Formats: sequence, structure tokens, C-alpha cells
Amino acid sequence: MKILVAIKRVLDANVKVRVKADNSGVDLTNAKMAVNPFCEIAVEEAVRLKEKGQADEIVVVSIGEKSCQEQIRTCLALGADRGIHVETDTELQPLAVAKLLNKLVEKEEAGLVLLGKQSIDSDNNQAGQMLAALSGMPQGTFACKLEIADGKAKVTREIDGGEQTVELNLPAVVTTDLRLNEPRYASLPNIMKAKKKTIDTLTPDELGVDVSSGLKVLSVEPPPGRSAGIKVESVDELISKLKSEAKVI
Amino acid sequence: MSIFVIAEHDNAALKPATLSAVTAAVAAGDDVQVLVAGSGCAAVADQAAKVAGVSKVLLADNEAYANQLPENLAELIVEVAGSASHIFAAATTTGKNLMPRVAALLDVSQISDIVDVKSADTFVRPIYAGNALATVQSSDSVKVVTVRATAFDEAAAEGGSASVEAIDVVKTQDIASFVSEELTQSERPELTGAKVVISGGRGMQNGENFALLEKVADKLGAAIGASRAAVDAGFVPNDMQVGQTGKIVAPELYIAVGISGAIQHLAGMKDSKVIVAINKDEEAPIFQVADYGLVADLFEAVPELAEKL
Repeated sequence: MKILVAIKRVLDANVKVRVKADNSGVDLTNAKMAVNPFCEIAVEEAVRLKEKGQADEIVVVSIGEKSCQEQIRTCLALGADRGIHVETDTELQPLAVAKLLNKLVEKEEAGLVLLGKQSIDSDNNQAGQMLAALSGMPQGTFACKLEIADGKAKVTREIDGGEQTVELNLPAVVTTDLRLNEPRYASLPNIMKAKKKTIDTLTPDELGVDVSSGLKVLSVEPPPGRSAGIKVESVDELISKLKSEAKVI
Repeated sequence: MSIFVIAEHDNAALKPATLSAVTAAVAAGDDVQVLVAGSGCAAVADQAAKVAGVSKVLLADNEAYANQLPENLAELIVEVAGSASHIFAAATTTGKNLMPRVAALLDVSQISDIVDVKSADTFVRPIYAGNALATVQSSDSVKVVTVRATAFDEAAAEGGSASVEAIDVVKTQDIASFVSEELTQSERPELTGAKVVISGGRGMQNGENFALLEKVADKLGAAIGASRAAVDAGFVPNDMQVGQTGKIVAPELYIAVGISGAIQHLAGMKDSKVIVAINKDEEAPIFQVADYGLVADLFEAVPELAEKL
């Protein structure tokens, strides 16, 4: 079975976000970029399935500007076999990403597609579900446990009230939650080996996908600020402030 | 303009988050209809019919929808509501699972987790863990939207008098099946709807110590939450996680105990009305958003708080 893993280059999770002065977006100039944390978990899961002998090949895909290749290389160092970069300078909406991935799933005849449940920049939580819809595959979203057996994927999902387990016919789409695994670090020899692995480059045109979107971002603004309050000296003072000043208890 | 709201329920009762989605739907236009899909869920349709602002309830009662599998539900929604102007659902794990699948089948974008309705086609949503607010406009024929429940008041559960119409549309994909569900049992109010929330972080040191928070929660009628650190360390189950990737809460009072206040945690609670932080590290970022901060050892301060309340 071949596993396709979709990964995204995003602003590093620990970086403080700055909104541009003209409210056109977030300032990413010289910002530290990284593999989206949920995508790293997806790569790790694919590598573990390969180590268990349940996958033959791991193909990692990223869509975006040229610099995405850094993140693809990172994933190759973590154990993916080869990369595909769909190059575009347009910032794509999840529907366009899902359409591109759908073409690649068909082309590669992937038996399982792994994605993160959401990217920490746009916070959409859509691409996996959309890909499943377009390809007619079943979906196991927010996975915290994944077992593959007898042509099926058994997925335990994190839901609001607890956990739910579903069984999906393969091929299927699975999106990862934080609890699925703990991603490994790339070792130096593996980073060196990753340089020899291939990354194919394609464009949305070559895949025959129209990436235009009905969605337009009118403005991006900082949220209303929340000013620091006061420090209280004791539990008594805290209770009295909550009662008389804030009136919340 | 007809707007569909997809009801979230457990086949017996409507979830409160649906009421917030109705409020957002009413803000976007008139003629709000609710689709209730499930198995043996007629009681839910009756509840939905009483919700203020709802003009009609459609009831799809079939075994195929018993566990809300998106593979079946998305096909149903596309057939029943595919020509509507808007399709809304709450941005719960159920709504997040389902709605992008609906949008893709309709070949339109989906707008996630809105916090404001500017007009019928313009919405505001947080990005970058709530550190920026994006105003987006959709020119798609159908606007598929999920609603952040804490950003909209709940529509009144009584007072409406919509008609209930049963529909006989059965969509079965047979590519996915429900196996089991394990729900966390709790006597406490639901985290996302609670007026008071007390949360523990890594500073709690272990799961047993969460009993300290329970004593305070009992006095205040509060729900108990947790930071990712506490969940990852196995102190408490993951459905208690508050944050960018957990639940979003906006209670009247949020008490953060032993939580440093990482960006990802703040994303889930910074719209709370009053924030209290109890932490022994006075440099902890949580104090930058706390209305009242107490620099103290939680193992002394929390029992004292429980006792004096």
C-alpha cells in the first residue's frame, strides 16, 4: 500500500503573529517557518505503518511557493520516500488544495491519505474532509488511534464528548489529532540521505485543476486587545474582588 | 433566501450549540429551516420546531443517519439543502467533520468557525489561533458555514412554532461504519456552555490533584477544563482540553490554575469575561490576560479558595 501524506509550510507555532499595518494579512517576512505540527504527526504515523510492514511507500506532498521544498525535505528526513511539490504563488483555499490532492491520489493510486486535522495558520480544518468528498473515500477525522487490517482502517476519533471508533474501507482519508503519536526527530544521517531523495515538481495547470476560489479576504485585523489586570495578594482579596468588583460569583 | 441549519443532537435532545447556530443563521437572512437527521429522533425535531426564529423543520429519520456518519449525511444534505442560500452548523467536532464534506460536494468553499455575521455574504473568523481576525466575503452560490457557538447567544428554545415535515431521503454509502463510542461521564455542566470554568495545567502534577479543582467547581457550579500539557501528560481525558485544537470556551469566569498561558491555550479562553490566574511563576504569560492574578502555590491557594467560597 502506498501512503500519500499532505503537509503544509506554516509560521512556526511559537512565533508571535504580527498583522500587517495595511490589514492585508499577517506579516511573514523573515518569520520562522516550519512543518505544520499536525502534518508532522501524519508523517510520523505513515512512517510507523511502513515500519510495521503495512505500507510500501510514503509520498509526501506540499502545495505552495518554492520554499515549501524545505518542509518536504524535512519530511523526507523523517522517513518519507519521495516528495511531490505542487508549485503555486497563490495562497490556496482548502477546496483547491483538496482538488489538487485528489488528482495526485488518482495518479499515485494511494491506498491511504494522511493529513493533519488543521493547519495552525488558517485554522480551517477542511482539506481532509473535502478530499474525502471529492474522491468518494470515507473519512476518519481527528484520529488518535489508527489500525490497518484486512483492507480496512479502524480509526478512533476525538469527539466533543469523548472518543468514537469507526471502520473505513480502504482507500480512506485520515486526519490526525495531537494524541495520535509523538513525532520523532530527524537524525543527521537521515537528513543527509534525504538530500538524495527525489522531489517532483508540478503545477496546478499540469494537474488540470482550477484553483480559483469564491472566497475573498477583505481584511485581517488584530483582535481587540485584553489589558493586564491586577495582582491580588491573597485568596480573601481574590474572592472579595470577584464578588464585589467583577460580580461573577 | 432559505437558510438551513443542520441540527446537532444525540437522537434524544438538541445540543445547545445548534441554538447558537440558529442565531447566526437569523443574522444572515430570513426563512431559517432546521434539518434533523438521525434515527428515532422525532423528539429532536419537536424541540427544533419550538426554537424561536425557525420557520420549518425537516426530519430525516433513518437507521443510516443513526451515528451521524458524514459519508451518509453529506449526501443527504446536498440533496435536501443543496439549493439553499446558506447551510449553517455549529463548529463542534460533528460540524467540523461534516460541513467541509458538504461544501466539497457542492463545489463551494466552506467558512469555518465564524464569530460574526457582517452581511449575508460577509463573515468574520479568527485565524492564527485567534491572533488575527479575517473578514471574508463569499461569492459562492451556497455559503457553507460553521459557527463558533460561544460567539453567538443561544436562540430561545421555546416560543417558536415551526411545522415538522418528514422527508424520506435515504443515502447509504456503505464505505464507513460506526464501531463504538466511549463518552466521558460527568455530572458537571458541559464545558463549552458553562458559566464558570476552572482549568488545570501541568502545574497540577498528576490526575489525582484535579480533585482539588473539583472542590472549587462544586462550590461554583463550574465545568472543569485542562491545558494540552495536562491532557498529554495523561492527567485528564482529551475532551477536557481548552485551546486552539481543543474546545473554545467563553464563560463569565475562567480560573486558570497552574497554566502558563501558551498561545494555543489562550486561543481557547481569551474571550472569557473575567479571567483569574493562579500560578506560582509571576512571569507566566497567563498574567498578561488575567483580570485577577494570584501569585501563589496552587496546592495552598486552591484548597483555601474551596474552603472560603
